[in-house]
Amino acid sequence: MTVSAQSDANLAPQTLTQRFSALHELRDKAPLFLSLLFGVTLYASVCNLYVPEGSIFHVSTYTITLLGKYLSFALLALAVDVVWGYCGILSLGHGAFFALGGYAMGMYLMRQIGDRGVYANPDLPDFMVFLNWSEIPWFWQGFDQFWFAMVMVLLVPGLLAFVFGWLAFRSRVTGVYFSIMTQALTYALMLAFFRNEMGFGGNNGLTDFKDLLGFSLQADSTRVALLICTSVILGLAYVLSQWIMNSKLGRLIVGVRDAEPRARFLGYKTENYKVWLFVYSGMLAAIAGALYVPQVGIINPGEFSPLNSIEVVVWVAVGGRGTLYGAIVGALLINYAKTRFTAIFPEAWLFALGALFVAVTVFLPQGLMGLIKRSHVENNNVEKT
Amino acid sequence: MTMLDNVRQTMRRDQVWPFLIEKQPPNIDVSHNVILYVEGLSVSFDGFQALNDLNLYVNDGELRCLIGANGAGKTTLMDVITGKTQADSGDVYFGQTIDLLGKDEAEIAQLGIGRKFQKPTVFEAQSVFSNLELAMKANRGILPTLLAQLSAAQFDRIDEVLETIGLKEQRLMLAGALSHGQKQWLEIGMLLIADPRLLLIDEPVAGMTAQETERTAELLTSLAGEHTVVVVEHDMEFVRSIAKTVTVLHQGSVLAEGSMQEIQNDPAVIEVYLGESD
Repeated sequence: MTVSAQSDANLAPQTLTQRFSALHELRDKAPLFLSLLFGVTLYASVCNLYVPEGSIFHVSTYTITLLGKYLSFALLALAVDVVWGYCGILSLGHGAFFALGGYAMGMYLMRQIGDRGVYANPDLPDFMVFLNWSEIPWFWQGFDQFWFAMVMVLLVPGLLAFVFGWLAFRSRVTGVYFSIMTQALTYALMLAFFRNEMGFGGNNGLTDFKDLLGFSLQADSTRVALLICTSVILGLAYVLSQWIMNSKLGRLIVGVRDAEPRARFLGYKTENYKVWLFVYSGMLAAIAGALYVPQVGIINPGEFSPLNSIEVVVWVAVGGRGTLYGAIVGALLINYAKTRFTAIFPEAWLFALGALFVAVTVFLPQGLMGLIKRSHVENNNVEKT
Repeated sequence: MTMLDNVRQTMRRDQVWPFLIEKQPPNIDVSHNVILYVEGLSVSFDGFQALNDLNLYVNDGELRCLIGANGAGKTTLMDVITGKTQADSGDVYFGQTIDLLGKDEAEIAQLGIGRKFQKPTVFEAQSVFSNLELAMKANRGILPTLLAQLSAAQFDRIDEVLETIGLKEQRLMLAGALSHGQKQWLEIGMLLIADPRLLLIDEPVAGMTAQETERTAELLTSLAGEHTVVVVEHDMEFVRSIAKTVTVLHQGSVLAEGSMQEIQNDPAVIEVYLGESD
């Protein structure tokens, strides 16, 4: 920290305005990140659709789906990084927003099945027929419309984040107490969604989806389109978050993280800023959930499990919090490792994950991105002397 | 027809909708030359009487020092004035009209009361420049903060304050990398740039070298007049060098008030406070 501060002080005065322009950091980092993201997406898409299956360049549909899933997770990690890395709000319940977004999307997909279900009931999803329900419950109304479902994807988790955040931050609940409350929130939702009477498919959740906006979910082209969608939305979320974090608001949010009383005595109502950020982050997580569900083809109450939310925090910690791209890299790396590891040693995965978290916390408090940054600064200093 | 009239009334082009009018901070009425009234103030924590029927009047533009032994209630008094602690009874008025009790920290800060903490508190992960930018007087709403861009005048203002607090060279340094004394100054600078009417400064020279202390004394005396400054300090030498009026607190109420000379000769003060330290 000291090293970089001193090199900052050596900068010529005319770079000052540049350094504090909100777009500066964007020009710096976003192009590289976005070109990488879109490059890989484009490559995978083309190689899936246009390269014949026998060729070594062919990318299987399995890989496309896997990539789409990873990118949804990356968006979820980004959401956690926004509140945790920048504002110090450790949410161990972001899986709840992710799952709620996923359920909203799942409800739309369920309604699209129509009479192609096992019981061939044109109005009711299979699980409702199975439960002997005679008509669709009120909260399933409107979900046959795509736009309505998309509004709900944002609205329901956003509202939950608002109410929860408003109650917690207004009463100045912080630190570990807040984390425990978020755990309780997601756990309570999990128990509720497990119940058949809730009307969300209980234990089995929502599955057996057929198509989205009329396109079959099994088709390669739909899968590629979903991947591209996820990639573009992740890119947009990254640029938007970077822009927010580089604005004065972003600097204030970091200020709230480091010295909340100071911000308050400067006349900022810090609880309002925290609620706002929490809602923004909750909505990002919800979008991630909505993108995840059509790609994996199922949403069930397991997604609310407290363990999932904790795992997201591990991704962010490993990648490096407070950097945005760190969270994304962490999510991609760990999920890739998870796919690999669980295929080879299914039992050892949780131990490996735990060991990784401990190692990162002890040796790399700033995560992998901190490691890269540190070596970068050292190199710069060597060049100067 | 009435509905149409209503619409016409709402859409009148010569009027601005009330919610679009920017809220002006209320005027601080100092017609009696007193900017801060504290009357009959009592605060207790779990049975401990931190403030006990305290009365204090601070004149507009004055530099006032508060002294007192540990536990005399100096910091608690500041906490009550700035909205951090709730009072049990009594009144705190800013000017003639503004009741400070029941307002929260942010509202009170926006009225123009700045506070420096005992332990220097700055945004350590950000540059000195950013610290001042955040403290600058501006709309504190979420959207205006998101879209805020510094104007040329604001740049000049930041430079001016950097000059005043002597941190021009360190403007791009992270605040966390500053020395203890520099952090104290930066925090004072953050108060200054918000242009408050009343500055409450808790132990500004704690941990400073003699030279730094001297510069701080100069800074604070130069502020008085334009701003009202209330300083809490333990360092008697420092108090002697800046204060015209000194208020001595003891066990939560005012023991004596007057010039340094008068205070030093007050038998009650000598007994409870100065006597111990000299």
